[in-house]
Amino acid sequence: MGLQSLTLHINGEKRVVNVRFADTLLYALRGNLGLTGAKPGCLNGDCGACTVNVDGWPMKSCLMLAVEAVGKEVTTVEGVKGEPIQHAFVENFAFQCGYCTPGFIMNCRSLIQHHPDADDAKVKEWLESNICRCTGYAEIQQAVKSVINKE
Amino acid sequence: MLKVVGKSVIRKEAYDKVSGRAKYTNDYQSTGMLSGKIVISPYGHAKIVNIDTSRAWKVPGVRAILAGKHYPLTGEAIRDRPPIAVGKVRYHGEPVALVVADTPTQAKTAADLIHVQYELLPVVNSPTQAFQRDAPLVHEHLGEYEKEEDSHPVPGTNIATHIKIRKGNMEQGWAESETVVEASISFSPSDHAAMETRCSTAEITPDGKIIIMTSSQAPFMVKRLISMYFDEDMGKIIVHTPLVGGAYGGKASVHLEVLAYLASKEVGGRPVKVWNTREEDMITSPCHIGLDATVKLGAGRDGKLKAAFIQYLWDGGAYSDKAIDVTRSGAVDCTGPYRIDNVWCDSYCMYTNHPFAAPFRGFSHSELSFAIERTMDLLAQKLNMDPLELRYINAIRPGDTTPTRVKLNSSNLGDLPSCIEKVRELIKWDEGQIQEINERLVRVKGVSCSWKTSTIDTDAPSGAILTFNRDGSINLMSGVVEIGTGTKTILAQILAERLKMDVDKIHVRMEVDTQTTPEHWKTVASRGTYMGGRAVLEAADDVIRQLKEVASCALRAPVEDFEVADSRVFLRDDPSIGLHFKEVGYGYKYPNGNTIGGQIIGRGNFVLRHLTHLDPETGAGKPGPEWTPAAYAVEIEFDRRDCTYRILKACSVVDAGKVMNEKAALGQVMGAMSMGLAFAGRETFYFDELGRVLNTQLRTYRPLRYGENPDYLVGFVERPALDSPYGARGLGEHGLMGMPGALGNALSIAAGVPLNNLPLIPELIWKARRGTHHASL
Ligand code: FES
Ligand code: FES
Repeated sequence: MGLQSLTLHINGEKRVVNVRFADTLLYALRGNLGLTGAKPGCLNGDCGACTVNVDGWPMKSCLMLAVEAVGKEVTTVEGVKGEPIQHAFVENFAFQCGYCTPGFIMNCRSLIQHHPDADDAKVKEWLESNICRCTGYAEIQQAVKSVINKE
Repeated sequence: MLKVVGKSVIRKEAYDKVSGRAKYTNDYQSTGMLSGKIVISPYGHAKIVNIDTSRAWKVPGVRAILAGKHYPLTGEAIRDRPPIAVGKVRYHGEPVALVVADTPTQAKTAADLIHVQYELLPVVNSPTQAFQRDAPLVHEHLGEYEKEEDSHPVPGTNIATHIKIRKGNMEQGWAESETVVEASISFSPSDHAAMETRCSTAEITPDGKIIIMTSSQAPFMVKRLISMYFDEDMGKIIVHTPLVGGAYGGKASVHLEVLAYLASKEVGGRPVKVWNTREEDMITSPCHIGLDATVKLGAGRDGKLKAAFIQYLWDGGAYSDKAIDVTRSGAVDCTGPYRIDNVWCDSYCMYTNHPFAAPFRGFSHSELSFAIERTMDLLAQKLNMDPLELRYINAIRPGDTTPTRVKLNSSNLGDLPSCIEKVRELIKWDEGQIQEINERLVRVKGVSCSWKTSTIDTDAPSGAILTFNRDGSINLMSGVVEIGTGTKTILAQILAERLKMDVDKIHVRMEVDTQTTPEHWKTVASRGTYMGGRAVLEAADDVIRQLKEVASCALRAPVEDFEVADSRVFLRDDPSIGLHFKEVGYGYKYPNGNTIGGQIIGRGNFVLRHLTHLDPETGAGKPGPEWTPAAYAVEIEFDRRDCTYRILKACSVVDAGKVMNEKAALGQVMGAMSMGLAFAGRETFYFDELGRVLNTQLRTYRPLRYGENPDYLVGFVERPALDSPYGARGLGEHGLMGMPGALGNALSIAAGVPLNNLPLIPELIWKARRGTHHASL
């Protein structure tokens, strides 16, 4: 099957991967690079569990081909080390099973970078792309707000 | 004074979960692991005429195709389910073939090339239809299946089981009733929609070890059932369960594990992974049960309930599996949390051509609560009584009996009247139930109550093992699966409290494996804290005993003179004389090298006492240990013009017995409420006439999203269950159970018509209103 060798910039490192043209970024991250932080939840853009940052923007990695990531900076949750949003999620009990958490964190992180003083409407606009089935969202709201208010 | 229990201790696996290090079943991949892909039935009921796999075999990388073969039948209560369909398919989504290939892509390519020819059969599309005498049969040979003793299928019908409750004297009950109301309630199956879709891997080693990894609430059940179904040695089956990405009952069924096992067997034991896509997870794997109910309640002039007739027709789907237990559980608490002396209930598990049912958070109680609570509101209306007051005066209390005639007291029953009072405050009930905003908008509050015991196996065990590290810290191993409820952290809190030590010095093993972790029956029914906690307490006492023994010898003082606290064992009257855990946890070493003791290993186990089977004719028996009640309210803003609404506030007050971890408890209740509101307001499977589910994606099947949640008002009452650790009652499910009833009651008042179906979407409300207008013309 036609494999293509690509160099991707992931979490500040250059990584060489062999993928098919049809492989999604999510598939390449998980299957080829062992970066399993991004989760499959639907594979068609509905749930946000697979969210990563591409050039600083949140991107559902199930909707992007690996080949499209060439020349772009990809950050996965594994590349986020001890940032305020992670502590905020822990302290506010903003997750239970944790499956949606990497996606939420990557989305929140990008939100905070682009809109450090986002209001409620802005936060909702960004975060309604992700589903959390365990929490009632109140804790996620608190976590995001705690970071926004501090900055 | 409790030091650790009750505190918002951060869950032990928290940092793994925010850093991407937390691993779930599908995150484990090894070189050489093959991929399985299921081919599913596109119809609800059809004869399989032919399966052509010839083109699929030509795809490179295909190692096996399982189709058309007779394997042993599976199913927990009745062995009615072929792992892969043979002869006919009984639901949309049923596996008809399983392809095993080197990569997921190859498996999928081949699966798409399998051509199955079907001949359509008449479809049983609801439990009510299934109940008709002339209904098509889902299982023609129902009488021939192996079954558990307490399953009661009726051959020649679609009845998989029938549970009866006969309590009191119905004639007398109706005679004492001045007001009688009756309602029919109905909703279709829906789904758990955990964010992690189910995944199982299996491998069989040359010496016959069967190694399974699975996203499951019941790894020990996987071990038992694989052994039973396929006649394998139980000791050779090792089931691993890492963290689970949401379960809500849906992962208590044993299903994909069987497919992974069969697939591995077919390829000579090589490891095979079977992973559900979202679509498969919704319909191929078991779903959330549907219900058609009829409830008739009679009350005296004062509003006191006198009699209840209840018929539940559960939509068990194509295979009975756990639906039998759900049906029983629905009968056990059939009346809701009210004192009723005369009760007649028939709870039927019906076969239909729908996806089969798994337990769903609340295990029949959110479903039956909707039926009961809608009828209670109709009764309040007819009596012209305040609906909260009606519930208050009928609230079940110590001294009353349950439908299965268990005598209640203040330990085995929580305090419902106090829950109701607290709801009254939180939702500001006394400010009025209805508030007119303008011509279009009206704000309305609706209320409901629920209760639940856990109907679990009478011999269900839980165990715990504690081992010491050389630094004096302790490892805690329990068979409870971390499905998101934080139970393993609560177990650590219980241990820390009993040993009076720092909870950070307790290390919790998150993964369960059935070979080295003591069994915890299943992580279901909000029983982890109670049963797992009791086992941990016993293990803690075992550790304390050993610590004191070693200390007694080393320090030459009687065992009775020692205390354990702050990671030390010391003399009560002179704490300066004592030893740190690191000096005794691995035995005590004298200056000359002599050592006594050895690594301290604590063990504890627990089994619920005095549970019984139910009498098949009357239902009498003790099904569970304690009843947790709860009261609820929902406030909505309804637009009379287009029947849309917003949920402004949702309120739950649960008798938690003891809140073990405050923030975790709040999270459990709010999360459950969110799920309950989605179940009530928007989630359902839409079936067509062929029994096909039309909405198998998260864009057409919509859980609540960020910002769609109401303001949550959560309260707790704490009347302890005396035999539970620190008095805790189960609470993981309760936030959900009353939401459908409270929402339905609020909307029925706002719309001015009884709304007895779910989900409560504007279209349904609009249709109901239109129906009423026509009726009144
Ligand atoms: S897996 Fe990408 S959005 Fe769901
Ligand atoms: S924490 Fe489980 S889905 Fe969000």
